[in-house]
Amino acid sequence: MALEWMAWTVPTAVFFITIACLLATMTVWQVKSPSIERKGFLPIATTPGDRLFIGLLGSAYIHLAWIGLTSLNLWFAFVISLIWMIVLMRWG
Amino acid sequence: MNKWENNKAWFMVIPVFLVVAVSAILPLMTVVNYSVQDIFGPENRIFVATEWYKEVLTDQRLHDALSRQLLFSALVLLIEIPLGIIIALMMPKKGWGASLSLVLVALPLLIPWNVIGTIWIIFTRPDIGLFGAAINSMGIPFDHTAAPLDAWITVLLMEVWHWTPLVVLLAYAGLQAIPEAYFQAARIDGASTWATFRYIQLPKMRGVLTIAVLLRFMDSFLIYAEPFVLTGGGPGNSTTFLSIYLVKLAVGQFDLGPAAAFSIIYFLIVLLFCWLFYQALLKVGTGDKS
Repeated sequence: MALEWMAWTVPTAVFFITIACLLATMTVWQVKSPSIERKGFLPIATTPGDRLFIGLLGSAYIHLAWIGLTSLNLWFAFVISLIWMIVLMRWG
Repeated sequence: MNKWENNKAWFMVIPVFLVVAVSAILPLMTVVNYSVQDIFGPENRIFVATEWYKEVLTDQRLHDALSRQLLFSALVLLIEIPLGIIIALMMPKKGWGASLSLVLVALPLLIPWNVIGTIWIIFTRPDIGLFGAAINSMGIPFDHTAAPLDAWITVLLMEVWHWTPLVVLLAYAGLQAIPEAYFQAARIDGASTWATFRYIQLPKMRGVLTIAVLLRFMDSFLIYAEPFVLTGGGPGNSTTFLSIYLVKLAVGQFDLGPAAAFSIIYFLIVLLFCWLFYQALLKVGTGDKS
């Protein structure tokens, strides 16, 4: 199937492959060891899937805020997002 | 655990996944790809990284359109949800009156969106429109083509007229599903009408109200056809909502890169609000104050 119409670039391909790998890993994890809701520092009880969703959405907003409010390198936002994801998945 | 591992029904949802993949995920991926490039043609495109996002996020017109959109959606929810519940509570519960009122209430939902705009253009015309001329004849100047406030009132009225029936139908279905035993118990305990509503009807409608709020928020946040036909985004930019501005950018100016970046931001806003509403509505009637 020709995918020229989708105008792929290497960074966006890497981005989507990472998301797909994350989802696949979470699915395998869920099948191997079904998740249990728990309450961390978030005001709601969450499963790992919920925390992944919140983490990804939060990361998107961190990147947008970084782009809109600063002129600094975007890698800083990536590192902050990574820390946010780890903290959320572990203690969220 | 065996239920999960051996459940072959999962294969039955593969067609749905494929349909969603083709109809939603592939276009979304394409929009993301467009948002980081300057597209001159299929073979002629330049990678610009986050330039379009920077441009869009610092665009004052987008900030204005977003403010208008948030205000519009807030007003729509504040009016339509309580109004829909009140109408549903007042509707007959059985007999021919129930059928008749359901048909009458559902009528606005059957009209195509672009026709709605045309109907309201005629209805609110200050010279010959029933509504516009009636208001003017009372000595109150009304012209939605010239006054921003009148344009807002008209768009809101149109939206409320068009979509409150959906809330009514959902709330009515929720009310009809409550077993009579709850009301008998309330009567025995001498509960007031308000207490019956607050502690029986409202909690029991939680599921349908969640759907109603989410649908109404998403629809009102993505509204395009009706205000475009009615006001074209004017007078000035007073009713230029996000989708109208986005279409001007993508189709009018053919700025596909900024329009794609705008679409992704738009999508993220809708996603965030829907998730927040969903979480808040899960707690309605459960007594959870957190």
